[in-house]
Amino acid sequence: MPVKLPLYFDNAATTRTDPRVVEAMLPCFTEVYGNPGSRNHSFGWASEAAVDKARGQVAGVLGADPKEVVFTSGATESNNIAIRGVANMYAKAPAGSAGRGHIITAVHEHKAVLDPCKRLQKEGFEVTYLEPGRDGLITADMVKGALRDDTILVTIMWANNEIGTINEIPEIGRLCHEKGVLLHTDATQWAGKMPVDVERDAVDLLSMSGHKIFGPKGVGALYVRRRKPRVRLTPLVDGGGQERGFRSGTLNVPGIVGLGAACEIAAAERDAEGPRLLALRTRLEQGITKALDTTQINGHAEKRLPNITNISFGFVEGESLMMATKEIAVSSGSACTSASLEPSYVLKSLGVGDDLAHSSLRFSLGRWTTGEEVDYVVDKVVAAVNKLRLLSPLYDMHKEGIDITKIEWAKH
Amino acid sequence: MAYGPKIIDHYENPRNVGNFGSSSDVKARKDIGVGLVGAPECGDVMQLQIKVDQSTGKIQDAKFKCFGCGSAIASSSLATEWLKGKSIDEGLSIKNTEIVEELNLPPVKIHCSVLAEDAIRAAIGDYKAKNGLVEAAAKSH
Repeated sequence: MPVKLPLYFDNAATTRTDPRVVEAMLPCFTEVYGNPGSRNHSFGWASEAAVDKARGQVAGVLGADPKEVVFTSGATESNNIAIRGVANMYAKAPAGSAGRGHIITAVHEHKAVLDPCKRLQKEGFEVTYLEPGRDGLITADMVKGALRDDTILVTIMWANNEIGTINEIPEIGRLCHEKGVLLHTDATQWAGKMPVDVERDAVDLLSMSGHKIFGPKGVGALYVRRRKPRVRLTPLVDGGGQERGFRSGTLNVPGIVGLGAACEIAAAERDAEGPRLLALRTRLEQGITKALDTTQINGHAEKRLPNITNISFGFVEGESLMMATKEIAVSSGSACTSASLEPSYVLKSLGVGDDLAHSSLRFSLGRWTTGEEVDYVVDKVVAAVNKLRLLSPLYDMHKEGIDITKIEWAKH
Repeated sequence: MAYGPKIIDHYENPRNVGNFGSSSDVKARKDIGVGLVGAPECGDVMQLQIKVDQSTGKIQDAKFKCFGCGSAIASSSLATEWLKGKSIDEGLSIKNTEIVEELNLPPVKIHCSVLAEDAIRAAIGDYKAKNGLVEAAAKSH
């Protein structure tokens, strides 16, 4: 079957909303449109029932109690509520003073975790940024080495969005529980796709997003543990006291219903979908690495999400590679396209050189990715890399045996 | 990045790709000037080679290779087209702003044209140095 262009291989950025999710959402615009906070009429009750159902569906994929689910606008907001909310609630000294408490995170977390941590540093908290090895992995031992008496929060993502490496969350969670420290995890790339049990995995706070799991954009959830320990948070948004006071504002009922439906579908299909995606990812990686020399797959060889692969192509530049494969939607390892010439800080943190970081592509597969599409992508990428290598002075030098790292380049 | 048609054309059909021999070969040849500018970690490296007819002092042929974005490839491809048939001093008069204008480079890609100008200067400078014309080069500035 011929593939239909353009091809979407950027499911880690966002996903197509599953038509079944859209179908579940539609009545919430024109029929079930009451405010779930309206407790005195049937319109409100109907919306409240829809939200309750969704809360149960989200709790279901997390192994949580529905009361522990707080709906938000997405994982960025969930991360902010969790990190800043915990810091301000558990601060060891009042605002305006130093020594307010210690937080542990990692250098290759998402900006939605790093930037709240940086803000807290300005507000008197101390933050340790763990550095991964080449595989991108954050282990319980690394966290253990950084724990202090005044540590109040550990925030480590479950799986990395650029390279897919899966951190040791259950082990880190158990360590935190032993030490009486709260664990928050940004599970944006994990929850819904991979199994979660907040009890077994000893997670206290967990952020997730609708649009990464074939649900709508603009909705997410924060899991907040209610017992052993009961997590308290200082809210960021004050108002009507919705969502146990953690997040005021009228609930986004269509979005919430969509998130719930997306979770239920993901849970039902997960056992079949995981191996299917892994087989496709393997086909993609082997197809490319067998046909091209000097390529490397970034991240951990085994502990990696089945739908993400990040590949560096030596001696070609990322943006021109994306131009040559423009009918395939992928993400580049450098932010050239957003006008700053910075290579990916995630890849840099793994020790991938700036030159290779500029030459990296992230392919992320999704629910509708097929084997034919993967084969098409392999052919296109291999042809594009070969074409650009014919143009590349660096590839010539490589073939002549010149070590390009030994040349004194004039940085510009 | 939405590029104009001229950039796309040069990117898809780059002119004068190649070199005049291995790096040690061209180093030894007096009629060839080589410019290698940029840095891999910055995401752009341009290699420009000119072949000069030593009886007339005109650039007979020019070749390039480029590791870089579409704008960098287009800028260096255009530079080779413009250099051919020019005297070395005429070559030095090519300005990055002319490249920007011709290709309609977006503002964030101006540095690609600067790099192309640097490559031209480096290649001509190398030719001059090989042929003892360095003083002339200094005077022309």
